[in-house]
Formats: sequence, C-alpha cells, structure tokens
Amino acid sequence: MNETIAITLDLKGLSCPMPIAKTAQAIRALRPGQLIESLATDPGSVPDFKAWCVSTGHELVEQTEDSGVFRFVIRKEG
Amino acid sequence: MATTEATLDAPQEAQAPQHVPHDKLVIMAWSGDLDKIWPTFILGTTGAAMGMDTTIFFTFWGLFPLVRNDVHVTGENWMQKMMSMMNRGGTEHLKLGKMNFAGMGPAMMKKLADEHHVASPEELLEVARDLGVHLVPCQMTMDLLGLTRDDLIEGLEEPAGATTALLEARDAVTLFI
Repeated sequence: MNETIAITLDLKGLSCPMPIAKTAQAIRALRPGQLIESLATDPGSVPDFKAWCVSTGHELVEQTEDSGVFRFVIRKEG
Repeated sequence: MATTEATLDAPQEAQAPQHVPHDKLVIMAWSGDLDKIWPTFILGTTGAAMGMDTTIFFTFWGLFPLVRNDVHVTGENWMQKMMSMMNRGGTEHLKLGKMNFAGMGPAMMKKLADEHHVASPEELLEVARDLGVHLVPCQMTMDLLGLTRDDLIEGLEEPAGATTALLEARDAVTLFI
C-alpha cells in the first residue's frame, strides 16, 4: 500500500472506548477517501475497529499486529 | 471443528457489508452510582463515535453526576438540602453501587482505572460532548430535588420530561442504567 496516510494516532495504552472514540474524533478532519492510521495496544480494539467500520461505513483497509501493537488503517467513507 | 467455525462465521460475513445508517441510542441514566454512570458514559461515547444519534436522559439519582464538582449543597428547602448533603453531586463524589466501604471502594476503583488507562467519567463526558451526545436533564427530578440550571455543568440540553425521552426512544436502541 503506497497511499499517503493523512493522520496517525498513537492510542497505545488506552482502554475501551478511547481508541475508537479518539479515532472518531480525528476522522472528522479528513475528507472522504483519506486514510487514518490508529495504533492501539488494547486487544479489544481488534473486534471493535471492525464493528466500528461496519457501523459507520468507513473501510478497514489494513490491520496488522507487531509486538503487541495493533495497527489499523481506515479509509473515511464517502 | 471446521464446521462449527464456518457456521459461526457465516452470519458475520453476511452482515459485514451492511452499513446501518440513521440508528439511534437512548440511555435512561437513572443511577448516580460510579459503577453505573461509568458504563453509561462509555456506551454513550461509543454510540456517538459509531455515528448513532445518541441521547442520555438523566433522571432521579442519575442527575447528581451532572452537578458541578464545586457545588456543595443544592436544594431550596431543608429536605432537599439534607438529601444533597447525604448524596453530594458531581463526578468526583460518586459512590459505588456495591463495595463502597465509605469511599474506599471508589478510591480503589479510580486507582485501578488509572493504572489500566481507563478513561475517567470526566474525560468520557468531555469526549461525549465533543462527539455530540445530547445530555438531557430531567425537569421533574430537578424540581423534586431543588436543582437549578446553575447547579449543573455546562453543555447540557434544555431540561425535558418523560414524553421527550420516550419520543426519542421510540425508534432507538434504549438502555436503562
């Protein structure tokens, strides 16, 4: 993937519901189609980011894990 | 084993592409206990983050967390004042529904939450307001307990009644906490 990421959020250490809530706050600044990257350590964020994308219509483009850090790349809907 | 997984996965896959617009969340916040108002704020914040039109109605004891932390005594007559002294409002003065132990329970709960980076009710309230959660105080409770608009925190909607609450709840996911 070589698209530019518009915003990266460091949400490491935060518990539910803050990784989602902070991503929802930040994505408002993006234009539809732009990418946001969220880095979290809460294992619950894995199902939660999926559920959030289903609910909002944003697209979960990429989800990876590296030494306990979960990385989500999300494309703003529209 | 493979069959079980396939069965479990199937409905999720079928639902995944569906984007459900225009959904609403209404929470009737009846309890002012720390361990109830906390999930109320967590769910309210999450609902708004998910794009749900989210409203929280604060009624009876649920209204006390909305009292400003610097307000000591509320009420107009001695009974209302006594009630507020026995049950001081504000997010900093909430009690646990169980294992309160004269305030030791909430102190321990807050310490644990801090260690595990769980957002405090104050932080959640701030995010909830930023994400557009409608926070509606119950007018009747305000009258009953002698609470004025000045006793309550900023950023609330106009106080309303049961009819407004139920009208909102008609086409919403509704929780009573």
